[in-house]
Amino acid sequence: MTRREFSFDDIEALAVGAWILGTGGGGSPYLGLLNMRRLYAEGHRVSLMSAAELADDDWVAAVSNMGAPLVGQERLTDSRTIARAVALMEEHTQYRFRGIMALEIGGGNSIQPLMAAVHLRRPVIDADMMGRAYPEAQMTSVAVGDLKPCPLTTVDVRGLETIVDNVPSWKWMERVSRKICVEYGSIASTCKAPRTGREVKRWGIHGTTTKAIAIGRAVREAQRTHRDPIAAILAVEPGKVLYQGKVRDVERRATEGFLRGRTLLEGSGDWRGAAMRIDFQNEWIVAWLEDQPIAMSPDLICVLDSVSGEAIGTETIRYGQRVTVIALPPPQVFLTPKGLEHVGPRAFGYDIDFKSVFAA
Amino acid sequence: MRRIGIDVGGTNTDAVVIEDGQVAVAVKAPTSEDVTSGILDAFGRLKATGGLSGERIDAVMIGTTHFMNAVVQRRHLTKVGALRLGMPASASLPPFCDWPPDLARLVEGGVWMVEGGHEYDGRPFMPLDGAAVRQAAREMRARGLRSVAISAIFSPLDPSHEREAAAIVAQENPGAAITCSSDLGRIGLLERENAGLLNAALADLAHDTIAAFETAIRGSGLDAPLFITQNDGTVAEAAQARRLPVYSFASGATNSMRGGAYLSGLDDAMVVDVGGTTTDIGQLRSGFPREANSVVRIGGVRTLFRMPDLISIGLGGGSHVTLEPLRIGPLSVGYRLPVEGIAFGGTQLTTSDVAIAAGLIGIGDRNRVAHLDPLIRARVLGEAKRMIEESVDAVKTAAGDVALIAVGGGAFLVPDRLEGVARVIRVRHGDCANAVGAAIAQVSGEVDQVFRDLKRADAIARASALAADRAVAAGADRATLETVETEDIPIAYLPGNSIRVRVRVVGNVAASTGALRQGR
Repeated sequence: MTRREFSFDDIEALAVGAWILGTGGGGSPYLGLLNMRRLYAEGHRVSLMSAAELADDDWVAAVSNMGAPLVGQERLTDSRTIARAVALMEEHTQYRFRGIMALEIGGGNSIQPLMAAVHLRRPVIDADMMGRAYPEAQMTSVAVGDLKPCPLTTVDVRGLETIVDNVPSWKWMERVSRKICVEYGSIASTCKAPRTGREVKRWGIHGTTTKAIAIGRAVREAQRTHRDPIAAILAVEPGKVLYQGKVRDVERRATEGFLRGRTLLEGSGDWRGAAMRIDFQNEWIVAWLEDQPIAMSPDLICVLDSVSGEAIGTETIRYGQRVTVIALPPPQVFLTPKGLEHVGPRAFGYDIDFKSVFAA
Repeated sequence: MRRIGIDVGGTNTDAVVIEDGQVAVAVKAPTSEDVTSGILDAFGRLKATGGLSGERIDAVMIGTTHFMNAVVQRRHLTKVGALRLGMPASASLPPFCDWPPDLARLVEGGVWMVEGGHEYDGRPFMPLDGAAVRQAAREMRARGLRSVAISAIFSPLDPSHEREAAAIVAQENPGAAITCSSDLGRIGLLERENAGLLNAALADLAHDTIAAFETAIRGSGLDAPLFITQNDGTVAEAAQARRLPVYSFASGATNSMRGGAYLSGLDDAMVVDVGGTTTDIGQLRSGFPREANSVVRIGGVRTLFRMPDLISIGLGGGSHVTLEPLRIGPLSVGYRLPVEGIAFGGTQLTTSDVAIAAGLIGIGDRNRVAHLDPLIRARVLGEAKRMIEESVDAVKTAAGDVALIAVGGGAFLVPDRLEGVARVIRVRHGDCANAVGAAIAQVSGEVDQVFRDLKRADAIARASALAADRAVAAGADRATLETVETEDIPIAYLPGNSIRVRVRVVGNVAASTGALRQGR
């Protein structure tokens, strides 16, 4: 059985798990979840379809809400604008999409395909292009695969609609779409370059919606039964605990449409006396223990509330929070030399060689 | 330096006089329907002990659980007109969209969404549609709505649209209570708006309650300023508290925790405060309640503003008890316990009746509750124990047994042995811990503004100095000032490296003669 209907319970678990896979960014899925709650209450339903089920010549829409999560907390996501971005792409290309997939499974963008799928009555494809959240357009599996970066549609709720018909590279797509997004107010609903079924099967990161639901279920179940949610996550995902402690300082600066900065942690338990610093660009990028880099992109660095096990974002982390830092393994596609060019530490301006937490 | 601390709970009004850092007198009076006579009664009892003679009283500081109880019990709430400025954005998630349905039914008086609001960088998102605001205000008046909550996109960065809309609403609807979400807070439209809606729902209750406090002070012949204690253990002037009752939401619980710390000398412990209607459970860190650093649910509503991190459950000395099936609370006879409780000749079975039957407290007439056999007592008290244990566990941040301070008039419901608790500590005057906490409340100074062309450290230093000056101007002793909150948010695309800094400092009230002794 490769297709099934999402229960509302699945969507709630997806929100919790996707926030953790967001590695600090991607925005909280809560508002997407609220949209889905209202849509489900009205009787709408969405189903999930395995990528393996796609025909080679099917077309798939990849969607995301682009911009600063902070803006998303004020200009609340609306299911109709993401559906409009997909409809605009169909009008522009004359394709008929078989299904809708997430650009990034991390954070609020995990719910965007579901919202579009409700209005357009298509299934959600169980795959994405990051396996987490990343800040830039070229930081995807399809960019690593050198697939075509265009066209792209962007929609703002005020009736602003822009199509980027052609760009020569993913970097150009990033620059041009970012400018549009900033003009819109640092938030835009986007439909990325359409993908064929063959491309999704070759370059998509498969099963990530299912994975996020499993992580979310583990956390929620641990909360219900008062067990350790961190241990529950590590029971369903092969991750590692990097650090436990308390937030001592957070420094943020907004530059070029990104939220950059660092947080300083002071250790507790096994890490008492050892300071950790985590640098971020929307997401957690490099974790330093006593000034030595111990975890870095593309390994997933997840900062979790030590008590609830829920993710803490780079925008919301605050002094005094008790946190546990864990690493989760990255998608294989990012571990090749080409993959590391796109998302390794040097892609974020760090002159260090990638070394995985999970290397033997 | 003498101060009166008062806690007006759902059941009892507690009052203490604190003199040179010591509890000089502590009294308890039943809370009255009109609030005023209960406080007058408490003042009367203070006078009878000689506690008010001699030196002048420097301040009366009152904390109350009234506002929280109203939301939890869905009582005394005012219908609210919700006006949101931000169309066409956020339309799929209107005001009240994530409220529990029962509370929304009581509070929602209508929703109006019009164009307006700002971008994150200060540009207008849409020009404010003043005509639509006016139309909304007229419709609210036609519906008889007397309390209005206004929210706008990015109002914490630019409150001008909310202020303009408030002026229009006030013109069309003179005398209406108006809450602007920017007065409460933080980025996060729904959570800030929810705090505003709750604040607006408390408009009538806040007005009546604080008027009752003022009447009581005047009626007692005292010539001392009234302060209302707030969620963070500091005080606000009465006018401010009347306008923003949500900032006093958890003051009863905060005061109990601060009082528990003060009386026990413990800075790090769990505190369980059992009142007449609710029990609050929270954790002390360095003598202050741990502050919630994320969304706080109040009566099932997600909010984001300054609140202690605690759990409130409907368990108290006046809680209704039903036996088949066994259930305690959330309804409570409250201050009517001495009339409605079975041990007092009434007809409503309460937790106190069961405790009286079990010999835990010596009030009422034990003969009237003799029919409550040992099996029934064990079941009811066991259920209360289970409720407390579950909440203590939920508040914990780490496994392991903790020290627990049991305070409040209903502390007899806390047994000496609890799962996950190393020892249960009871302190002298523990039944008035909340009033003690009110009396030792501190003064704060806050700055929240945008600084330009300054390095981050310099901007924070500048804001801290301003906040300190404000605290001193409000009556704080400079030597005791402590920074309790620092937050900075860079604002991109404004010229000259702009940064928004919020700093809050607190200190003890400066004493006219000698500093108030620190409790620790």
